[in-house]
Order: sequence, then structure tokens, then C-alpha cells
Amino acid sequence: MASLKDLRNRINSVKATRKITKAMQMVAAAKLRRAQEAAEAARPYAVRMDTVLANLARAVTDTNSASPLLVGTGKSDVHLLIMMTASRGLCGGFNTNIAKLVRVHARKLLSEGKQVKIIAVGRKGAENLRRDFGQHIIERIDMSGMKFVGFEKAAEIGDKVMAMFEAGEFDVATMFFSEFKSVISQQPTALQLIPAHIPETDGSEKSSLGDAVYEYEPEEDAILDYLLKRNISTQIFRGLLENAASEQGARMSAMDSATRNATEMIDALTITYNRQRQAQITKELIEIISGAEAL
Amino acid sequence: MAATFKFELVSPERVLMSSDAEQVVVPGVEGQFTVLPDHAPVISTLAPGVIQVTTPDAKKGIFVQSGFADVTGDSLTILAERAFIVDEVDPRQIQEELDAAQKALESADDDEARNHIGRAIEELKALHAEA
Repeated sequence: MASLKDLRNRINSVKATRKITKAMQMVAAAKLRRAQEAAEAARPYAVRMDTVLANLARAVTDTNSASPLLVGTGKSDVHLLIMMTASRGLCGGFNTNIAKLVRVHARKLLSEGKQVKIIAVGRKGAENLRRDFGQHIIERIDMSGMKFVGFEKAAEIGDKVMAMFEAGEFDVATMFFSEFKSVISQQPTALQLIPAHIPETDGSEKSSLGDAVYEYEPEEDAILDYLLKRNISTQIFRGLLENAASEQGARMSAMDSATRNATEMIDALTITYNRQRQAQITKELIEIISGAEAL
Repeated sequence: MAATFKFELVSPERVLMSSDAEQVVVPGVEGQFTVLPDHAPVISTLAPGVIQVTTPDAKKGIFVQSGFADVTGDSLTILAERAFIVDEVDPRQIQEELDAAQKALESADDDEARNHIGRAIEELKALHAEA
């Protein structure tokens, strides 16, 4: 049985932990709002890009001459997996879930006899996969120390991926990130970047353009080419932003339950402490009384 | 008041400008063109240069590095990766852009890219001289 002093120390230490988790929760909540705003602000660009791209891609009929970014290289031997995770822990299952998805994916590809290359954005994912897929990780991109996600960073990663693609280092690229559904729900998602996944646009989008026929300067193929390249960076940027928001959301709910657990623990410990104190007082009283009676 | 159409300038990070415009001069890759209300639908990529926007109350110049313009009858949307409003920019920022462009020029590996950056540098120098 722990002594009264031990119990008091336990209670104090749990209280200190609760203070920290509570503070982290509040910081995450503030950061989450900013991350959500950033993701919202970036949406118009991505939506526009998707619309124009879908319009152009629909017009492509000859798949032989079309850009390999759209139709692929015709092979799928080497797969590039771009894994986006946080550079910090203490955010519940956030990093683990993404890494798990990558792991399942990589295992499947390897068992089919394909080659797998991994680019790890953010520190935590790389640490998670180091043991199983260490030799497949070809590049680590550190995101720590960055206050917010800038498009420059996304463009940098995009350029890297493009350069590798043009050098023929892979055939299919897939991006893994956590989609921000709500504060309490983040969905690890795989999105194929190359060949491009062209979003389906419904009829309403088209009707806003009327039946007007676009004129293209320069010609369609050149624009499509230009847009497909841009699209990679845009998608990566979107992934980074979603991921940033998801990370804060995950951290917030993880810290919320940690705070609640600490409170429960403090309550339980306080009851034990009080009972023990009471028992000790009773014991002392019995000792005094029986001592007096013996006289 | 002259007829207007919707003008939007969007960067990947946020919507930079959204207003009604009477006239916009766009530096298209195959030459400048002016967009007025009810312009025929065009999609064009942009060359580095200054977009001149005439709104009912003001005239503004916006520098863009690259991007593309989507013109429909009643709206013009410009998607640009790097853009800044000429009057509000700090000369130092132009200098920084210029330095970055020079560096990019050295590492550019094909003629097309060199051409593009070369034009960007000229435009930036002109802006710098004004500022």
C-alpha cells in the first residue's frame, strides 16, 4: 500500500500532466482554426483548376499522343508513394494511420512484384516505416520548423516529383495524406497523382459555360500539358493543407481525451488518499484509546 | 457607368482580388489581349508581365510570373502562382524576386524556360526602375 506521501506526489504529478495536455489542446484548437482557414482559402484555385482540367481532358481523344501525365507511361512497374505525415507526435493515431495505409499499399505492390519508392514528407512517417521499408525510402522532406504551409514548399516537392518522372524513375505516383472530414474525424486517403486522376464534373458546371466553345492560346495540347504539371503541385499543396488541418484536429481530440483521463485519475487518487488519511486517523485514535484503557 | 464583368485573381494560397472590372489587359503568351464584357471564351496561359485592371473606381497593375486566364462571357479568372499588386509592393520585394529569377535562369536547362525567365527579369527590371 502506497503511503500518504506517495499518493500526494502521484496526484501532483498527474495534475501537472493535465495542465500540459490542456494547454496543448488549446494550442491545437487555435492552430486548427488557422489551418482550416488556409485550406478554405486554397479551395477556389483547386476547384478552378479541376474544372478547366476536366474540360480539357474530356476533349482528348487520341490517347497515343496525349501527355504521359494524363494517360501514364503504359507500364506500372515502379510505384512512387508520397507519404505525408506530421513532424510531431502526440496527436493520437494520426501518423500511425497514414503509415499503416502506406504499409498495406507497399506490401501489396511488393507482393505483385512491383518496385516501390517512398518519399516521406514529415518526420514521423519515416520513423514509423524505417524498420520495414527503410531501404525503399528514397527521400525525406523535413517540414518541422515551418509555421504554415506555403505553396513554395508544395511546388518544390512537385518539381522534384516531376523531375523524377521525366527521368523515368517511376511510372505511377500516389500521394497519401489524411483528409480532413471534421474535427473528430480524419480519413487517411490515397490519391493517384500520375497518371492524373481527372475529377468527374457534373452537368451543372458545364452549363455555366453555356454551349460556348473555348478558344485556346496556345493550342489545347500545350495548355493541357502546362496544366497537368501545375496540377501536381496544386494537388500536393492541397494534401499538405488537409494534412495540417487533420493533424491539429487529431491532436486536439487526443489531448482532450488525455485531459479527461487525467481528471478521472486525479478523482480516483484523491478518494484513495482521503480514505487512507481517514484510516490512519482512526488507527491513531484506537491506539490512544486502547492505551488509555490499559492504564 | 460602363458595363462590367467579374474579375478574379486567385493564387494557390488565397483569392487575391475579386471585383467588378470594366476592362482588363492580360499578358497572354501569344501576345497581350484586352478583355471587355462579353468577350468570347478563351483559355490562355500567361507570359510574365503586368495585368492592367480597370475597375469602376480605380486602375491597378498586377504583376504575374506565370499562370493562366479563363475568360467566359461574364467573368475573367486568372490563376497565378505568384502575383503582387504593383503600387503596393515594396521595392525590396521586387529585388528579391529579381534575384530569385536570376538564380532560376542559371539553372534553367531548356530554351523555353530560359525565354520565360528572361522575360520575367525584363519585366521586373522595368518595375524596379519605376519604383
